Amino acid sequence: MIAAATTDAFLERAPVLLRDAVTGFLPEPWRTLVNALIAVGLILGIFGTLFAFITLAERKILGRVQNRPGPNRAPIPFINKRFFGLSQPFADGVKSLTKEDIVPRDADKVLHYLAPVALLAFSILTFAVIPYGRNLVPVELDAAVLYFFAAGAATELAVFMAGWASRNKYSLLAAMRALAQLISYELPLLLSWVPVVLIAGTLSTTAIVDAQAGWKFGFIPHWHVFTPWGFAGFVIFMVAALAESNRSPFDTPEAESELIAGHLTEYSGFKYALFFMAEYFGMLALSGMAITLFLGGWRSPLPFLEFIPSYLWFGGKLLALIFGFIWIRATFPRLRIDQLTRFAWKFLVPLALINLGNTIVWSLMSNSSALMQLARWPVCAAIILVPFVVLGRKLSAGVAPRIYRYA
Amino acid sequence: MSISDLSPLGAQGGSHVRAVHDEFHGDLLEVSMGPHHPSTHGVFRMIVTLDGETIVKLKPVFGYLHRNHEKLGENTSYLGSMPYTDRLDYLCSMTNNWAYAIAVEKLAGQPVPERAEYVRVILAEITRLLNHTCLAGFLMQDLGCSGTPLMYAFREREKILDLFESLSGSRMMCNYQRFGGCRVDPSADWLEGAKQLTDGYGQFLDEFEALLTGNEIIMARTQGTGVLSPELAVAAGVTGPMLRATGVNYDLRKTDAYGVYPRFDFRVPLGAHGDVYDRYMVRVLEMRESIKILQQALAGIPAGPIMDPKAKLRGFRPKAGEAYGRIEGPKGEIGFYLVSDGSPNPYRYRVRAPSFINLTILEDMCLGQTVADAVIILGSVDIVLGEVDR
Amino acid sequence: MLGSGLIQGLAVTAKNLVGSFHDPARYTNVEYPEVKTKLPEAYRNFPFLVTESASDPMGTLRCVACQICEKECPPQCIYIEKSKDKKPDATGKMQLFPAVFDIDTSVCMSCQICVEVCPFDAIKMDQVFEVATTSRFEALLLNRNQLAKPNTYYHSIHPTEAAEVDGRLAAERKAAEEKAKAAAAAKAAAAAAPKSATAAASATPPSTTPTPKPPAAPSAEAPKPPTPAA
Repeated sequence: MIAAATTDAFLERAPVLLRDAVTGFLPEPWRTLVNALIAVGLILGIFGTLFAFITLAERKILGRVQNRPGPNRAPIPFINKRFFGLSQPFADGVKSLTKEDIVPRDADKVLHYLAPVALLAFSILTFAVIPYGRNLVPVELDAAVLYFFAAGAATELAVFMAGWASRNKYSLLAAMRALAQLISYELPLLLSWVPVVLIAGTLSTTAIVDAQAGWKFGFIPHWHVFTPWGFAGFVIFMVAALAESNRSPFDTPEAESELIAGHLTEYSGFKYALFFMAEYFGMLALSGMAITLFLGGWRSPLPFLEFIPSYLWFGGKLLALIFGFIWIRATFPRLRIDQLTRFAWKFLVPLALINLGNTIVWSLMSNSSALMQLARWPVCAAIILVPFVVLGRKLSAGVAPRIYRYA
Repeated sequence: MSISDLSPLGAQGGSHVRAVHDEFHGDLLEVSMGPHHPSTHGVFRMIVTLDGETIVKLKPVFGYLHRNHEKLGENTSYLGSMPYTDRLDYLCSMTNNWAYAIAVEKLAGQPVPERAEYVRVILAEITRLLNHTCLAGFLMQDLGCSGTPLMYAFREREKILDLFESLSGSRMMCNYQRFGGCRVDPSADWLEGAKQLTDGYGQFLDEFEALLTGNEIIMARTQGTGVLSPELAVAAGVTGPMLRATGVNYDLRKTDAYGVYPRFDFRVPLGAHGDVYDRYMVRVLEMRESIKILQQALAGIPAGPIMDPKAKLRGFRPKAGEAYGRIEGPKGEIGFYLVSDGSPNPYRYRVRAPSFINLTILEDMCLGQTVADAVIILGSVDIVLGEVDR
Repeated sequence: MLGSGLIQGLAVTAKNLVGSFHDPARYTNVEYPEVKTKLPEAYRNFPFLVTESASDPMGTLRCVACQICEKECPPQCIYIEKSKDKKPDATGKMQLFPAVFDIDTSVCMSCQICVEVCPFDAIKMDQVFEVATTSRFEALLLNRNQLAKPNTYYHSIHPTEAAEVDGRLAAERKAAEEKAKAAAAAKAAAAAAPKSATAAASATPPSTTPTPKPPAAPSAEAPKPPTPAA
């Protein structure tokens, strides 16, 4: 991490100042090491806590959407007050820790054990390159975006390991589905952020956030999502992220109503909790990357709101995206695996490719006259909207609301 | 290697098995879905043979919930079987009660007062609302919704169950109909409550449909899935919304015109494709017709006795003979066949369970579809294992 | 099409998410152990035996051990043994009483048929639904001491029905009294010297009744009926 610029507000600099106060007295090689360890600890601590409370929030929001209170029974120990069930995640944690860890007799014990660990490890790796705030990026990498998606893609392996090692037919089906789904959606996921790299001209996350600084007319932020190609890219990215993190409506690998629990069928106790945790970590990391790439990173949406520290902006955007995930989960049913892959290959991938061309048009027109600057908006919007309609119609051919006759 | 080698169940029923069995196509996978499975609606079991995810063979196994219902009916008095009929299809106890009461009334030549006929129609239509709402919720759960439509359905179901409870004393095991009328006379308050429910139900359905009917994912999943041809449906004896979804116009409320149904103005929605979406939509449209029937029945319910004064409760011995009473239950034709030998117990007691008969064509609907489809096809059949296994 | 149905669905769930915070028509939950809904009067759970007096439940059981319910009970969860001797009921009429009256609530299916067939209004449906026990066998087999509950309790759970039953019983008792009076009067007329004192003994029922008549109930509001002599 770079030393904080002294011009920033105190709260903005507080995390770095605090760290420097702790490690400042150490000799140089040690200081870097301890700094890194602090960053790792902080990420694990913060996102671990966030995971715990997001599971609670998810159940609460799902509950409220379904007109019920959600979990509200778990009391705080000793004082026996409930506080809306806020201690539920800890109760769940204790439960999953104390539950018997059942390994099927015929399972591949090593792989069965390794799968949740690998999944969690890979999903934690992705947190390293996300800028959480001004000067708050754990590892500065020139190819941070590439690193992120490379580490994220490795999770597919772990899911397949889990499904294969369980030696359960449902798990095996789930593993096959997971491979088909995750590999299919890697492509639109990767293609959706290529325009951002094209426009920003860098693969470094910090630089991408910096490219989104400033405001047009003083109130429209220069976030990528506020351009036609950026919006399309954001939507494709989020849809692919839904699929990559096995969330409804793309939760075919663990499709409860079909495959019991999919690749998690034979997992119990804390291994199951690890899977759960890894899935949420994956969701958080992808949301964090979406924020970095499209939503201006840690930047505030309006100039006069800049007094709020950048990491809070990042957190706020993260929670908003997570809420979107939960909202979608509360609403949609699941796609079938063939429809899901068809959706990726026949709809998202072409759209993402067209969006790539769209971005080139956009950047070519940006160097021209003011009229062209204005004209590129409808042009680029049309370039993405027309294929959207055409591909969408083609994809949903034969599927339409019906009119019924009466006897 | 052939299918029959792979399957412990032998070769029968494997007519749709693919022809190619070479190394390239690999082995078939036999999965036993159920009796412990989240979406088999109880303890139903499907032995599915899969080629990849495609079903090449499906053998339904039922009987896990067999409770000897028909034999119990032969060893219990006519009245004593009434509470057992609640437990057949435990979502629609009122219609089961009515079908059984009709059979016994036919057997004994027992007239029913007009008010009771109206009350029966009201309760049967409310039961239809209840059943179809629950079915839509369960079907969406099978489709992978995270409980939201199911919870909305259950929210409305709760209102209906409250009505049933305040009338009959029990939410699900109503045991309400008697031979020659109904057990309790609904009060004016109760009728008012039923009217409120009826008036509010259309609004709920609007919201429910806004959530589901136009949803592209649901349409993509259900349209063209589990197609049932009208010929096969008729040949297999399928009844109820499942039959009407194939386009066959057969509704006992119209064809039998039992009770006071001829007095009400309602239409019978028909599907054209016989797929899962049609089955869902026919039920939704049927609910809207039920609301119309309810409004007419609640407006026109006459005063008078609820029980035929000559009806006997104890020592009920119909003269020797046989009778088959049937009504259009929410799931299809629910019928009771009774043979009396003049004793207090029926000599033969037989239930025509609609979910059981509708379930028999499960394999024909599932072949060539995927595992995920089999689950929603099963959901769209609308089974209650209490009735299937009896 | 093209996702409009999906957006419509999202709008519905958002409406419900917001509505659950302010709209009681959407958020209809009752958090059970703390809050309980008011049970409807018709609610039924397991049967209980009506007694006239809370202080002497076994002496004032309405049940006369006629065993009709035992015979009619579909799952056959009732077991009755008649008493060897007779005991005067509330009106002083000599009746049998159940020496043993057991209901196996693990078998009972709460169908209410015992209540419907009882000619004495002696068995009614209870509303106690929190009946969980730690023992599967003994604790669920209720004997007559556990089953007996006073008429006042019956009034508290099923007021309309109980008032109707009490009215009917009072009417029947009155009819019985009048019959007895008439019989007494006829007797008196038949005898040369009428004794008015005998007519006052209202408790004397006619000796030959075609059907078993229920014992006379005290007035609906009286919580403490006269305790019969042991």
